[in-house]
Amino acid sequence: MDFFAKIMAFIAAAIVQGTPLLFGATGEIITEKSGNLNLGIPGIMYIGGISGIIGGYLYEHFSAEPIPLLCVLISLLTSLVGSTFIAFIYSFLTITLKANQNVVGLALTTLGVGLGNFYGGSLLKFFGESGSISLLTTGNAYKTKIPFISDHLGIVGETFFSFGFLVYVAIIIAILSQWFINKTRVGLNLRAVGENPATADAAGINVALYKYVATCVGGAIAGLGGLYFVMDYTTGAWTNNGFGDRGWLAIAIVIFALWKPRSAIFSSYIFGGLYIASVFISGLSGSTKELIKMLPYLVTIIVLVFTSSRKKREHQPPAALGQSYFREER
Amino acid sequence: MQNNKHKTHKDPLVYITKRGEMPKLKAMLIKAAVILVGVLFCALVTVLLTSENPLKVFKAMFDGSFGTPRKIWNLLQASAILLGISLAVTPAFKMRFWNTGAEGQVLVGMLASITCMFYIGDSVPSWLLIVISFFASVIAGSVWAGIPGFFKAIWNTNETLFTLMMNYVAAQLVSLLIMFWVPSGSMVLGLVNSEGKNGWFPSILGQKYLLNILIVALLTVVVHIYLKKSKQGYEIAVVGESENTARYIGINVKNVIIRTVIISGALCGVMGWILACGTDHSITSNAVGGNGFTAIMVSWMSKFNPITMIFSSILVCFLQKGAGEIASNLGLNSSVGEVLTGIMILFIVSSEFFVNYQIHFRKNERKETAK
Repeated sequence: MDFFAKIMAFIAAAIVQGTPLLFGATGEIITEKSGNLNLGIPGIMYIGGISGIIGGYLYEHFSAEPIPLLCVLISLLTSLVGSTFIAFIYSFLTITLKANQNVVGLALTTLGVGLGNFYGGSLLKFFGESGSISLLTTGNAYKTKIPFISDHLGIVGETFFSFGFLVYVAIIIAILSQWFINKTRVGLNLRAVGENPATADAAGINVALYKYVATCVGGAIAGLGGLYFVMDYTTGAWTNNGFGDRGWLAIAIVIFALWKPRSAIFSSYIFGGLYIASVFISGLSGSTKELIKMLPYLVTIIVLVFTSSRKKREHQPPAALGQSYFREER
Repeated sequence: MQNNKHKTHKDPLVYITKRGEMPKLKAMLIKAAVILVGVLFCALVTVLLTSENPLKVFKAMFDGSFGTPRKIWNLLQASAILLGISLAVTPAFKMRFWNTGAEGQVLVGMLASITCMFYIGDSVPSWLLIVISFFASVIAGSVWAGIPGFFKAIWNTNETLFTLMMNYVAAQLVSLLIMFWVPSGSMVLGLVNSEGKNGWFPSILGQKYLLNILIVALLTVVVHIYLKKSKQGYEIAVVGESENTARYIGINVKNVIIRTVIISGALCGVMGWILACGTDHSITSNAVGGNGFTAIMVSWMSKFNPITMIFSSILVCFLQKGAGEIASNLGLNSSVGEVLTGIMILFIVSSEFFVNYQIHFRKNERKETAK
């Protein structure tokens, strides 16, 4: 029984760890479906986190009695605005100005991580306070559990229904994206843009518009991953570089899930589990722990090599991934 | 078609065409203008972030990089490392092989040198140790880059994602070995061979970084000649421009890809060797500190030209050091440097557009045709 409880605790922890990854991966999948390889996602996730923090902080700071619901709404809104704005810069530079996607993405990651750490470290100073940011009201509001189910279903409730709402939002967004990409006309057009923009253009699809919207929406979704991390996981506290390399792990999941949002759900939880497995398995030597942490990346590489060798059409990255589209170029 | 009265034919408001070759001077002027706008924008951002007098901010930035001889040496050292890694990624880039794995390739090169220093530091003389470390680093770097290169050549595996993942495998590998080496579990490997300084680069003229800088200077010349004057450099350029053309004129594309990527990795290994023997004499999983990524941007914004890269890397390091100085003066977070670097690179990258493309606005004849 003890073992069973431990397994359930592990699953719950894996879901918690996997949620930011799932947001990031879903956002990146939508972006990549339009042919944009956005390596700025790690930066965007930092921005999503810090803009949420800023919004929440301003509200908590300037209102005597912060209302939890408003805390959530305001920080959610600022987070979405922040990450969409960065994704928009990426879109403008790569789509309109046709700059190189890899370079712009990496520069945005540098910028995003820098901005996140800058505001995270200096926000309080601007308002003449000291110490480190801690938004307890907002954080706890994000952590509110589903009222009835979470404590009346025993261990199942504890394992699967005791999370803040963003965990379920992540799953819903992933499922909706899967449906959107595969079953709707707009989704089909989006895939056409990512596979062969010239053909899509000839068919009357507005290539630039699709790329813009997909990249911005993808960025907004990915930003929620950062928001979940700072608000729910760390209960409204910011630590510099606390988010770590999770953004790159999200990009790895995109490959591991073969560009399918639905598979990204379980992939994220698996990767999240691997991320913390070393904490749960007792009696591991330090070096084994490091090996386990290496596993997600190794597995991703194997998947990448394997799918490229099989050349199965539905398992490939979008054909025009990483290339700018210019109508007059042959 | 005929009854379509309401739709009169309209040219788009703005349309874009590709320019032909632009005179070099004009291209440089455009870029200089964009860089100037970028610097002004950075100044604006800094002033907004810190609400200080802009002149004071600029003076602080300057002091941070050139204030004392020691700061100048630090700036040169940092620029040399960034320049070296930028040079290393350039051959692969020129071939349009998106090696995002320089961070990991430098790190394994560094790891190889540190491993040599750790295990055989006492048994061989210092100069021999440095030589052995060199070869170990070069081999490690080439292998780390060669694996993705090999799969790119045979199965066209996406190299951007592959090399990216290899970075984290490398970082974990370093953590793993530090675990082995530091039994206390503190995860901090102190200076290796700090007593006899075995395997450390000697100081020249009393400057411990001078040798690093000289090696990178030599590397700059070698890479420049290799890319511009050698047959292999030409093959790289052709494969980068068009693989089909390369195949048509009888270049073995697969071989060129694998060879170039391995050279790229080997150069990264050399930089790892410099970091291990000439700079840090120790290692952490974050020892390269993002330089592998910054180098990609430096190489790209210099249009793969080694001489331009000298200036670009000094500019980037100047921004970072200067911003660091502002931050410490005002008690702010040191990430201002990353923010400014990011903004600057975005400006320079977008300047390409104005060199390569021409914007045409629709002539103002709408009023006459509309009604």
